[in-house]
Amino acid sequence: MELKRPALVVYLMASSDAPDLAAAAVRGGATAIELGIPYSDPLADGPTIQRAAQRALDAGMTTAGAIAILAEINRRVDVPLVPMTYGAIVESFGLERFCAEAAAAGAEGLIVADVPPEESGALRAAASANGIDLIHLVAPTSREDRLQAAADASRGFVYLVAAMGTTGARESLDVRLDALIGRVRTAAGGTPVLAGFGISRPEQVAAILAAGADGVIVGSAAIDAADRGGAEALEVFVRNLASGLPA
Amino acid sequence: MSVTGTHRPDALGRFGQFGGRFVPETVMAALDELEAAMSDAFADPAFHAQRDALGRDFVGRPTPIYHAERLSEVVGGAQIWLKREDLNHTGAHKINNAVGQALIALRLGKRRIVAETGAGQHGVATATVCARFGLDAVVYMGAEDIRRQRPNVVRMGMLGAEVVPVTAGAGTLKDAMNEAIRDWIATVETTHYMIGSAAGPHPYPYLVRELQSLIGTEARAQMLGACRRLPDAVVACVGGGSNAIGLFHAFRDDPCRIVGVEAAGDGADLHAQSLAKGRVSILHGSRSYVLANEDGQVVETHSISAGLDYPGVGPEHAHLLATGRAEYLGESDADALAGFHRLCRLEGIIPALESSHALARAERVAREVGPGGIVLVGLSGRGDKDVDAIAAREGI
Ligand SMILES: Cc1ncc(COP(=O)(O)O)c(C=O)c1O
Repeated sequence: MELKRPALVVYLMASSDAPDLAAAAVRGGATAIELGIPYSDPLADGPTIQRAAQRALDAGMTTAGAIAILAEINRRVDVPLVPMTYGAIVESFGLERFCAEAAAAGAEGLIVADVPPEESGALRAAASANGIDLIHLVAPTSREDRLQAAADASRGFVYLVAAMGTTGARESLDVRLDALIGRVRTAAGGTPVLAGFGISRPEQVAAILAAGADGVIVGSAAIDAADRGGAEALEVFVRNLASGLPA
Repeated sequence: MSVTGTHRPDALGRFGQFGGRFVPETVMAALDELEAAMSDAFADPAFHAQRDALGRDFVGRPTPIYHAERLSEVVGGAQIWLKREDLNHTGAHKINNAVGQALIALRLGKRRIVAETGAGQHGVATATVCARFGLDAVVYMGAEDIRRQRPNVVRMGMLGAEVVPVTAGAGTLKDAMNEAIRDWIATVETTHYMIGSAAGPHPYPYLVRELQSLIGTEARAQMLGACRRLPDAVVACVGGGSNAIGLFHAFRDDPCRIVGVEAAGDGADLHAQSLAKGRVSILHGSRSYVLANEDGQVVETHSISAGLDYPGVGPEHAHLLATGRAEYLGESDADALAGFHRLCRLEGIIPALESSHALARAERVAREVGPGGIVLVGLSGRGDKDVDAIAAREGI
């Protein structure tokens, strides 16, 4: 996956309005789109994304339907697309089938929030056979061995969890964030490091980039903006965040 | 109480193809720490001495086995014997696990405990050990379960626990477990997650089995003492599977039938038979059988019993099913209620609705085994918590 740096990744939930929202996010300055494939019991997600997932499921969204939305987004925008979901979803679809169909729909990366490196062998093989970069997560609590294992197993980028807890916009990120970014940078070598979870404001974006990250991922705050005012509000929100990026 | 060393999970925490660790990275380090603390504790005679003393003086162990003579006579088959976990302090087997995990939390230096509860028995056990050791307890409970297990909500409050209602989904055990785990993800550095069943990510299924296996270890010795022989079958209800694995573990290498009983709900589409009717998937941190649709979305379950109303099941039961060592059968709401009333009237024992599922199946197994045989049933808890809901349902 060729990520523009600094990267500004916007997370959206797979739903019928996601293609319009993705186009708006890219107009606002998003350099990649992460597309959530809804799961009934998303343990890593806070209220905003839980609600978005439940809404999508209530509207009849399926995994196949989400992959079709991904293909539609791929026709509309020209940035890397990264589906994000949970182990139950990719295993139920079939690892090989999931990776093949997602790749055909334009996926370049994949994040599976509850499949850590020690459990991801088969998924890594299926992803790599289909040209998809499997991205692992590191957290403020990861010790050096886990951090290195996640960095080694990651392709495309390493996802650095910037706040303890589930997804959701926060006033303040983890106090160890600067040090963590440094540790992950070292472990990741040439692989980009992107921080996500809790990010909602341009000052946070600027601080994270200043600490040495290659980009940020914004989820709940983007969904909140779209919920408030649709594609237009999302575009404004993303443009404002992008003002935190160095020119 | 010694901890048995057999039938351990592999290095990835798997029983056969089931188990493992499927959780966000944020809590992976805590699972490593828990595993290390557990191994230290199990190797430490002081831990066992402390646990044995609490078991004896605080919980009231060993619990007796009891020959349900009048029930056996009415059923007309094998002798039915009960392992009386209902006589434990707080009224169910859940306290065995809570005591052990509290001791481990103290060894980890964690003074805040989060837990989920369905029937409220694990919540009460958690609140109890937290009161006993001066720990903070936060118990997540589905709104529907708060309604149907009211007495236990009151008990938790009196014991000083904070009960957090969960309205997501159907407001039952699965939803409470989601919220307990989400709390833990945010607070993991200071908080121990005191899971209530033999489920969740490794090492929980193994840890809880080891803490509950004294049920079967005691019962096996007691049967040999009382009957000079082993039972022909052991029967227990299965929600997440902790009382069942606790009973089964001591008998798994013996020549006896092992029968787990899941909730068949309305006897048709609404049930909680993860093992009998589920598919292999991931839920709450481990791979096991899950009631889910073909996309992996977890589907709605139903049981009259809050403790069995759960779409997943501990991974070791999945393994016992896949290897054919145990069979898992269903009992409906109606049949469990009938079993409940028969035990009340014939033996003077009011069982929990969860345990009533095991009793209903034990009657059938006793007829299959026939006169001269012996069936041992795990009476996992007492029914005080259920009397209001049953009275309302039956217009008593
Ligand atoms: C009395 C009783 N039995 C059984 C259960 C089911 O749990 P498990 O399958 O873990 O034993 C519960 C759970 O709440 C319970 O309260």
